[in-house]
Amino acid sequence: MADDRKKLSMTLGESLRQQGVSRRGFLKYCAATASMMALPPTMVPAIAQALEKAKRPSVIWLSFQECTGCTESLTRSHSPSVENLIFDHISLDYHHTLQVASGDAAEAAREAAMHENEGKYIVVVDGSIPLANPGYSSIAGISNLQMLEETVAGAAAVVAVGSCAAFGGLPHANPNPTGAVSVGEIVKDKPVVNVSGCPPIPTVITGVLAHFLTFGSLPELDALGRPMVFFGQSIHDRCYRRPFYDKGLFAETFDDEGARKGWCLFRLGCKGPMTYNACATAKWNQGTSWPVESGHGCLGCSEPDFWDAGGFYNALSIPDSDLTRKTGYVVGAGVALGAAAGALNRSTRAKAAAKHETVTIDDLDKKS
Amino acid sequence: MQRLQDIAIKVESPEGVQASHGNALPILHEILHALQRFSTEGEQSCIDLRSLPFGPGDEEELLRLLGRGEINVTMDALGESTIWETAFSGVWIVDHRNAEGEPVALQIEIGPVPQIVFSQQEDIVDAIDRLEAQLNDH
Repeated sequence: MADDRKKLSMTLGESLRQQGVSRRGFLKYCAATASMMALPPTMVPAIAQALEKAKRPSVIWLSFQECTGCTESLTRSHSPSVENLIFDHISLDYHHTLQVASGDAAEAAREAAMHENEGKYIVVVDGSIPLANPGYSSIAGISNLQMLEETVAGAAAVVAVGSCAAFGGLPHANPNPTGAVSVGEIVKDKPVVNVSGCPPIPTVITGVLAHFLTFGSLPELDALGRPMVFFGQSIHDRCYRRPFYDKGLFAETFDDEGARKGWCLFRLGCKGPMTYNACATAKWNQGTSWPVESGHGCLGCSEPDFWDAGGFYNALSIPDSDLTRKTGYVVGAGVALGAAAGALNRSTRAKAAAKHETVTIDDLDKKS
Repeated sequence: MQRLQDIAIKVESPEGVQASHGNALPILHEILHALQRFSTEGEQSCIDLRSLPFGPGDEEELLRLLGRGEINVTMDALGESTIWETAFSGVWIVDHRNAEGEPVALQIEIGPVPQIVFSQQEDIVDAIDRLEAQLNDH
């Protein structure tokens, strides 16, 4: 514990030097970080200067109605790697899947992290929040809604990881039996970054955390609260198959000549024209490939309501049509942490000491 | 667990032709302009290949066109990095890998030598301390 406090008080530069990492190693780390954040290499000196002084922030990771795919995506990326080094410099104080502690000890760790880092910690959320009945998803007898509200109260910022947390995702799909909502529909007084995707690209998740660690602020966001640097362009606009689309060369089936020659998959249902994500450049599996490169159209998994957007294999009738966007919130862009920290909600309801409403098995049978 | 690079993948292109999607030539033009700027104005630059929407075969084609020059450098810091001058003087490839040998950054640097190759002041100061300590031990 004392060791951990010492680590928290150290800057990233000091911590790396203590581990015997040379200046060259540090510059390599900065180059990889710049690449991961999709920033130009000219930014490396600025990143080095910022990371030299950066302190290790506390991160509380909450998992609600989710399948653990987002955590799988993150933990199965480049392990161990320069990317993972970031996690040596982020204090991950609470994560259901990764932590050893369980039950009361786990909840005590979350509450301790909240109290010790009030106003400075980051809350990462994966999964949607059920509003129809708290019994659909609860942790330690605490409803997802209550846990989210009390945990974000003292947070500097919230990162909604995955389409479930960002837009409701699969639980929110018609008929939405649990009354699932996104993080942004509940959290109104904190900056929320949506890192959508089913799952999100691991380097995009770490890229957002790296941005926070490096610059102490959140990246510029689009109208749906997603980082512009990763979600600023459509899959279609960055696709290496785009020239075939422009020439009118389309695969009509998955085994015809066009498919073998790598022609455009638009007629096979590719949702690339209305999907914004970094798959075409960041790629998957350590940069090996991405769905379109593997011969399958984009499903549009980083867009709101993609499960209800029609069949995955139905061609879009109008190339530039847009998905129905039901999420009616807009997150402010580039919010500095200092400003976020000043807007803390100190309501007694949100304090960890509050009495938690226990959810029993009977609640599961109650009609909402 | 088997790692990705342990799985043999053979890419077969139609008619046995190595596929590429025409992205190598525009980058070569960018490199030419950067090299001209370096030659006339001394401006050094760097291109991050991870941020480009390359299709299958594009990266291989670009590296093939650039070729290999006279200098090869291997750096061991947080994993192995390989740095080499291409067949075009002043155009360098910097390939950073992590401890598992997986790629974390691939860059083209235009300049006399990539910055990371130079001895760094912080490491020199540390070296002086270690050298003095070693002399004190004897």
